[in-house]
Amino acid sequence: MEYLEFELPIKELEDQLQKCMVIGEESEVDVTETCQKIEEKLADTKKDIYKNLTAWQRVQLSRHPNRPYTLDYINALCGDSFLELHGDRTVKDDKAMIGGLGKIGDQSFMLIGQQKGYNTKTRQYRNFGMANPEGYRKALRLMKSAEKFGLPIVTFVDTPGAYPGIEAEERGQGEAIARNILEMSRLKVPVIVVIIGEGASGGALGIGVGDKVLMLENTWYSVISPESCSSILWRSWEYKEQAAEALKLTASDMKRQKLIDEIIKEPLGGAHRDRDKTFTTVKNKIISHFEELKKLSPKELVKQRMDKYSNMGVYNG
Amino acid sequence: MTAWFKRKEKGIQTRTEEKKDTPKGLWYKSPTGKIVESDELAKNFYVSPEDDYHVRIGSKEYFEILFDDKFKELDEDLTAKDPLKFEDTKKYTDRLKAAKEKTGLKDAVRTAVGKSMGKELVVACMDFSFIGGSMGAVVGEKIARAIDHARKKKLPFLMISKSGGARMMEAAHSLMQMAKTSAKLAQLADAGLPYISLCTDPTTGGTTASYAMLGDINISEPGALIGFAGPRIVKDTTGKELPDGFQTAEFVKEHGFLDFIVHRRDLKKKVNLYIDLITNQPLRTLEEEPVN
Repeated sequence: MEYLEFELPIKELEDQLQKCMVIGEESEVDVTETCQKIEEKLADTKKDIYKNLTAWQRVQLSRHPNRPYTLDYINALCGDSFLELHGDRTVKDDKAMIGGLGKIGDQSFMLIGQQKGYNTKTRQYRNFGMANPEGYRKALRLMKSAEKFGLPIVTFVDTPGAYPGIEAEERGQGEAIARNILEMSRLKVPVIVVIIGEGASGGALGIGVGDKVLMLENTWYSVISPESCSSILWRSWEYKEQAAEALKLTASDMKRQKLIDEIIKEPLGGAHRDRDKTFTTVKNKIISHFEELKKLSPKELVKQRMDKYSNMGVYNG
Repeated sequence: MTAWFKRKEKGIQTRTEEKKDTPKGLWYKSPTGKIVESDELAKNFYVSPEDDYHVRIGSKEYFEILFDDKFKELDEDLTAKDPLKFEDTKKYTDRLKAAKEKTGLKDAVRTAVGKSMGKELVVACMDFSFIGGSMGAVVGEKIARAIDHARKKKLPFLMISKSGGARMMEAAHSLMQMAKTSAKLAQLADAGLPYISLCTDPTTGGTTASYAMLGDINISEPGALIGFAGPRIVKDTTGKELPDGFQTAEFVKEHGFLDFIVHRRDLKKKVNLYIDLITNQPLRTLEEEPVN
């Protein structure tokens, strides 16, 4: 397990506990009490640190290298039933955007999401979760296919942004995202969006328009990453912490602003600290929201979604 | 030289036509030079076990792989006419006759309905051995009628393409089969029924530019050639060297036109998994055959 800078006091205590237990095993000395004390301190420290996370610390947690990614969720939720489908039918199969059919319980879903890699090689293969236009077009093709057959859609959002490349511009990155946003607003099937890591701007919204948008506790969602915001507005990368605060990008901020529908609690320390628990929570949330959404007719569903997005934005007059 | 291979009897001469040959088709040699017994090959879904080379097979074999046991062939008596009195190095009518005699088939596609993993499925499968799997009026009409059958019975439709393209001997009549089959697929889509297009080696020309690329999912077998213009034509026209693996199934998938590539041994299972998922039905499981 890797530790972030602000988690180092936890690492220290965990190391101490480890040593204490080894001493207990290898010698006659009774260390029960010492171990217990360390454990108590560890629990307190954890609570202390994770309860008072700053916006920037949550951004760091959202990018934690051990955090589960889209395929981890899909495999945990669907098991062997997942059938990955490839290609945009135009130019390429984008590895940064994955999708396919799978069963959650007895229900078939179309599952789509950005995919990150877990080591240098796979990170490059997945283009760090930054999709090209073909990724968004693949996603839309799959969503339209789900709509055709009346299947609900779940998307997993985890991207540092849509890929800012020359070819991406040539092939119409803007158009691809725009088209997705428009089409998703009028899909006649339930759409549940789960932000599982980073929700960076249009790259996230390109698969992020839904009836229910859920954010895991330690994720962020905004119009720009704190680093880029800092470099543009402060003209330096140094102000990322301030930018993170100012953008109001955490799950609780987003919920308070009524820009998302619900926060999904994570295990203490983040989704990666207890993956199974995270998967179970996410699965239950998806099922319960789907059970509610399926009661609506396609017409009601679309109207509700349209109304929701029509009401966003704060202004005078 | 020792004497043991010296011919004792003189004047033995067996004429070529009297020489005994090993019976044809006892062995199969794959392009990488692997040799496999024909029986072994059939048991292995006509895939060479050592190098996974997918041997070109026809409707008989695909029906055998996909259907549980029996199936009903549709429109089996449709046969080609020669509206243009077409003649190249041979008369079209003679070519048809020769193809029928050689293959025992009536044209380049057979359509059937039967149970696959316990549920009915409509399958149209092309035969490359019949004039290069070319698409003329019979192919178009049989596919159209198979689609109608699927619509009438509300069944999924699987198209197995294996074709050099449109049949030149029926000229624009062939061309319009692209329109006919595509229009029928639009009706199938409107009826909300799944269409799976399996592109097998080779799928080219007018076939690619119509039904082969129009599946709710397009799938293929490893190494299959899939393209519009053939590789030689592309090379001659552009004067450029072709990239590695040009127009292979893997290349076509990478470029966004195939949902997945499936080993023939998993074909039946994967097709039915897709059907169960997309129609929101409980997943069927294929009874595993005992491994020897």
